[in-house]
Amino acid sequence: MKIKIYKKIIHDGLAWIMAFIWIIPFLGLLMAAIRPMDELLHGWWNLETLNITFKNFIGAWNHSNVPLNQGTINSLLIAVPATVIPVLIATMTGYGFSRYRFPTKRSIYILIILMLALPQQMIAVPIFGIMNKLGLINNYFGLIIVHTAWGIPWITFFMRNFFTTLPVEVEEAAKIDGASDVRIFFNIALPIATPAIVSAVSLQFTMVWSDFFLALILMYSPEKLLATQRIPLMRGVYFVDWGLLSAASILLMLVPILVYTFFQKYYVKGMIGWSSK
Amino acid sequence: MQRKATFTHLAIFILPALLLICIFVFYPCLRTISLSFFSEGKFSLHNYYEVLKSRDTINLEGFSKGFPLGTLFHNLLWIIIHLPLTTFLGLTLAVYLKNVKGGSIIKSIIFLGMVMPMITGGVMIRFIFDKNIGIVNEFLKLFGFLPKAWTAYPETALFSLIFGSVWLWAGFSMILYSAGLETIPKDLYEAAQIDGASSMKMFFKITIPLLKPITIVIVTMTMLWELKIFDIVYVATMGGPGSASNVLALQMYTYAFKALNFGKSSVVAVFLTIITLAVSIPMARSAGEGR
Repeated sequence: MKIKIYKKIIHDGLAWIMAFIWIIPFLGLLMAAIRPMDELLHGWWNLETLNITFKNFIGAWNHSNVPLNQGTINSLLIAVPATVIPVLIATMTGYGFSRYRFPTKRSIYILIILMLALPQQMIAVPIFGIMNKLGLINNYFGLIIVHTAWGIPWITFFMRNFFTTLPVEVEEAAKIDGASDVRIFFNIALPIATPAIVSAVSLQFTMVWSDFFLALILMYSPEKLLATQRIPLMRGVYFVDWGLLSAASILLMLVPILVYTFFQKYYVKGMIGWSSK
Repeated sequence: MQRKATFTHLAIFILPALLLICIFVFYPCLRTISLSFFSEGKFSLHNYYEVLKSRDTINLEGFSKGFPLGTLFHNLLWIIIHLPLTTFLGLTLAVYLKNVKGGSIIKSIIFLGMVMPMITGGVMIRFIFDKNIGIVNEFLKLFGFLPKAWTAYPETALFSLIFGSVWLWAGFSMILYSAGLETIPKDLYEAAQIDGASSMKMFFKITIPLLKPITIVIVTMTMLWELKIFDIVYVATMGGPGSASNVLALQMYTYAFKALNFGKSSVVAVFLTIITLAVSIPMARSAGEGR
């Protein structure tokens, strides 16, 4: 019995050591962000003298060339609509695919699945051309449309799989009572789908927030740059200002980490649900 | 039972999404394909020839002289090293952490690498391998190695990025495998135990076979990620030094938006897409089955 307890302690202890090894880079980043440069040069793990300063966070937030405060606002201005719009549209599409029969449905659905694998590089140049023609380069509306179209395939796929697991009897009963399909969707299907929608929202929001490539090709003027675009610009040319860069990185990752912390269950479900079935 | 759709239903439920996808995803794909076949206004395979011949893509000399080996080989290396490591690590972690006190907290910590933007992932990889304040050098110092800027030398830049991204991505397979383990019925193990099966035997005869569907998903998604890798390389090394850590996605970006050669950039995009589609066929097949 005693041996069993010791075994358990060693087993769990090893797991926690592993977790500690995993978190070391995060600790380092945090240390680099809150300690002055001259202390860092002796190694961030060296705790003989420890002066905590928030200078780097303030410096990154109010950076003279690429302030992160503006970047955060810009990123939110993109990420909120680029989450709400595609989730709404694709939830309806997913519902449509699970409930209706129509010609070419199978081909369209296969096309949508294939789009899940597509690299953004495949649409980059033509998207730039289209946006240029529409006058939507360096324009938030343009980027929101692209993110919307880019998000629709995976959300459709995800929501369709969710709706197919729901029983249709209630909806059929409502239909017999004379409710329209739109009403059935909004009053019956949508409320039941709330957990799946929360999953889709938290994942799509994180993806748009974290996006770098689409922003890189569509936004260029300094005041309009998104938060992710500002990080490489803070690196410095000749030497890396690790204090500033670390603080900026922490601020940038804070948003998705908060989303993950609050919606953990949904986030993971979304990840499993849309990659498997 | 599925209902037959009237035109109104299609217009409300299907068309808006379809229109957006057609204009902003499908049409651009076709346009990229057609761009790849045109050079100087004429239909030709010239762009393909140029890209395949270019040392950016395939550099056979690299195998005797050292990096760069060309983007195709760099992405391939990424898959060869990163895929087995993360998959195996994820499975090990999922099994090991299953019965640990506070296991879910440990899983969340390991999963953090997946949650953050890959731009910060790249910053952190560079940070880990930094010459002065990197933890890798500090660790190697214990064994008498001299500190080195790992991401700044052709022979180590790509490997640094690949191994760093193992740390970032292992949480993905771990979380999926954890979910997969939950779905295996406990009585299977109990029955096997009564029959006197060892835990090793149970792992290989029950756990591994039942995890096969989720393994297909993990392998596919991981390979897609490795093929599309961009942000990490952009922020950590910009493909350097001397394109020693360049990858297909970054090569496409450089051709298109630095060199303004849309023909060549489209060829790279087409290559990348062909590979990603080929990789995802098994998963797409299982997802589209009988529907």
